[in-house]
Amino acid sequence: MQINKTAVALIGLGLVAPFILYPVFLMKVLCFALFACAFNLLLGFVGLLSFGHAAFLGTGGYITGYMMLHVGLTPELGILCGTVAAGVLGAIYGKLAVKREGIYFAMVTLALAQLIFFMYLQAPFTGGEDGMQGVPRGELFGFIDLSDNMTMYYFVFAIFLFGFWLVNRTVHSPFGQILKAIRENEPRAVSLGYNVNDYKWVAFVISAALAGLAGSTKTLVFQLASLTDAHWHMSGEVVLMTLLGGMGTIFGPIVGAASVVTIQNYLSGGELGNYIHIIMGLIFVVCVLAFRNGIVGEIQKVIKRNFGN
Amino acid sequence: MATFLGINLFGLFGQLLVGLINGSFYALLSLGLAIIFGLLKIINFAQGAMYMLGAFFAWMALNYMGINYWAALIIVPLAVGCIGVLMERYLLRPIANEDHLYSLLLTFGLALILQGAFTHMFGSSGMSYAIPDELKGGNRLPFMYLPNYRAWIIISSLVVCVATWYMIEKTKLGAYLRAGTENPQLMQAFGINVPLIVTLTFGFGVGLAGFAGVMAAPVYSVSPDMGSNMLIVVFAIVVIGGMGSIGGAILTGLGMGIVEGLTKYFYPEASTTVIFAVMVIVLLTKPAGLFGKEA
Repeated sequence: MQINKTAVALIGLGLVAPFILYPVFLMKVLCFALFACAFNLLLGFVGLLSFGHAAFLGTGGYITGYMMLHVGLTPELGILCGTVAAGVLGAIYGKLAVKREGIYFAMVTLALAQLIFFMYLQAPFTGGEDGMQGVPRGELFGFIDLSDNMTMYYFVFAIFLFGFWLVNRTVHSPFGQILKAIRENEPRAVSLGYNVNDYKWVAFVISAALAGLAGSTKTLVFQLASLTDAHWHMSGEVVLMTLLGGMGTIFGPIVGAASVVTIQNYLSGGELGNYIHIIMGLIFVVCVLAFRNGIVGEIQKVIKRNFGN
Repeated sequence: MATFLGINLFGLFGQLLVGLINGSFYALLSLGLAIIFGLLKIINFAQGAMYMLGAFFAWMALNYMGINYWAALIIVPLAVGCIGVLMERYLLRPIANEDHLYSLLLTFGLALILQGAFTHMFGSSGMSYAIPDELKGGNRLPFMYLPNYRAWIIISSLVVCVATWYMIEKTKLGAYLRAGTENPQLMQAFGINVPLIVTLTFGFGVGLAGFAGVMAAPVYSVSPDMGSNMLIVVFAIVVIGGMGSIGGAILTGLGMGIVEGLTKYFYPEASTTVIFAVMVIVLLTKPAGLFGKEA
């Protein structure tokens, strides 16, 4: 009930926001919010820390970019291709990564992501260091021109809502309950007869595909797919967004993504641009030492203490 | 030009040498990670930053204070180790009882801060550090040219690795360390100051990275991102070797350096990715790692 009310309020906010704030900035927030929601499905609800989610963001971006630029697909098909490609990569990486747990899982995903990063660096179709530039936004379903930022915004917003709904639906399904059981007590989940690795794998694939969806959408918005999206810094950023917003909460990743993107936008404009990584690192340290529930987690605690039963 | 079965021996041995040198650094870094992991059960994401710090400290010591290479080889690892001690005592210990993923994230944050700070101070282009006079020049062997400094890297890293292995496996201090890995509560009950040992172990593991950094300063350019690039490869190596044994960490580090060197000669396009590919194969066939124990 609480979640539904907040969600309705957020949808309302999302619909009027482009009249108040710059739509391109909002689209960036939405893409990263979707990316963080996808990541949170894994970290917050299965307890798996992937340090390689940039691989899926980057893959979604490159494949969509390629399809739009060289095959000439319509945007919805281009995005679908990017998402499926990221999902397939996630299926392969997931099979490998779920063989190890905890810290090893983080290292394996990081190393696998680095593998794909070097491939994109060398592969001719990605444009290497320059990236894939001038990706057309195209016409949605062949007749809705997306070059207008307002039109594009509502398209991105719809994609975000779909992704957010899917994560939410997954978390609250019987499947999601088993994921949480694995997070809380894996040996018990095993003893109850669940094939834990299969469940982890499916969650990994969903998360990867949604991260790919975020990357695909981002490529259309900025008409650019670049190595930045596949770099390990990006994997770290999505961890930070989720941690700052509140891991394991429904709205945390959105708040975290909005905060981080706002901070970055603010910093990169001013004199403090050089300090971006230092400040991101500081936020990491402070979050871990003193603020492990994140913004939304803390708010929930306050609400529970004052109004809860 | 010496050739054998159509293989250019000069080129082959040259790449093997480069591989062995990279392998020495991999071994030092993964050895440090393995020692820290054994006692603290955490992975230090800042290990690469500490390696970078070692190289920068050596550079700063030479250029600002006139401290030469040989003195830096002793002082810098100690300084980096001290930073590690402070880091463990004041940042990692307060969260020691939380999920170990938090300490990974904390050290990741520290790595970002250090890398960012040095990029800000020195730019990202990198600086050079001259090879000390005593080690300039080289020897012409029948099949290759061996620069003295490169030989020195391989020999001294091996000595440090073997000495560390000996200390941990054969001495009383090492016995405490191993006992602490098995059962810290019991060891505490015997009146041994476990928190102190944990702190010093972390300092030592980090100091090894600092030592590797000083060694690397004259062969690689001293730049803020030298650590992070290295560390991700070292992570893959740790997954390949498994963290079960100290000797395993050393052997895997050296071995992967050689594999990388061979790939550079036979199929250069894959040289950046071959270690990750080996990791995939190991995960498929022996998920616990070559020297790992299945938990």
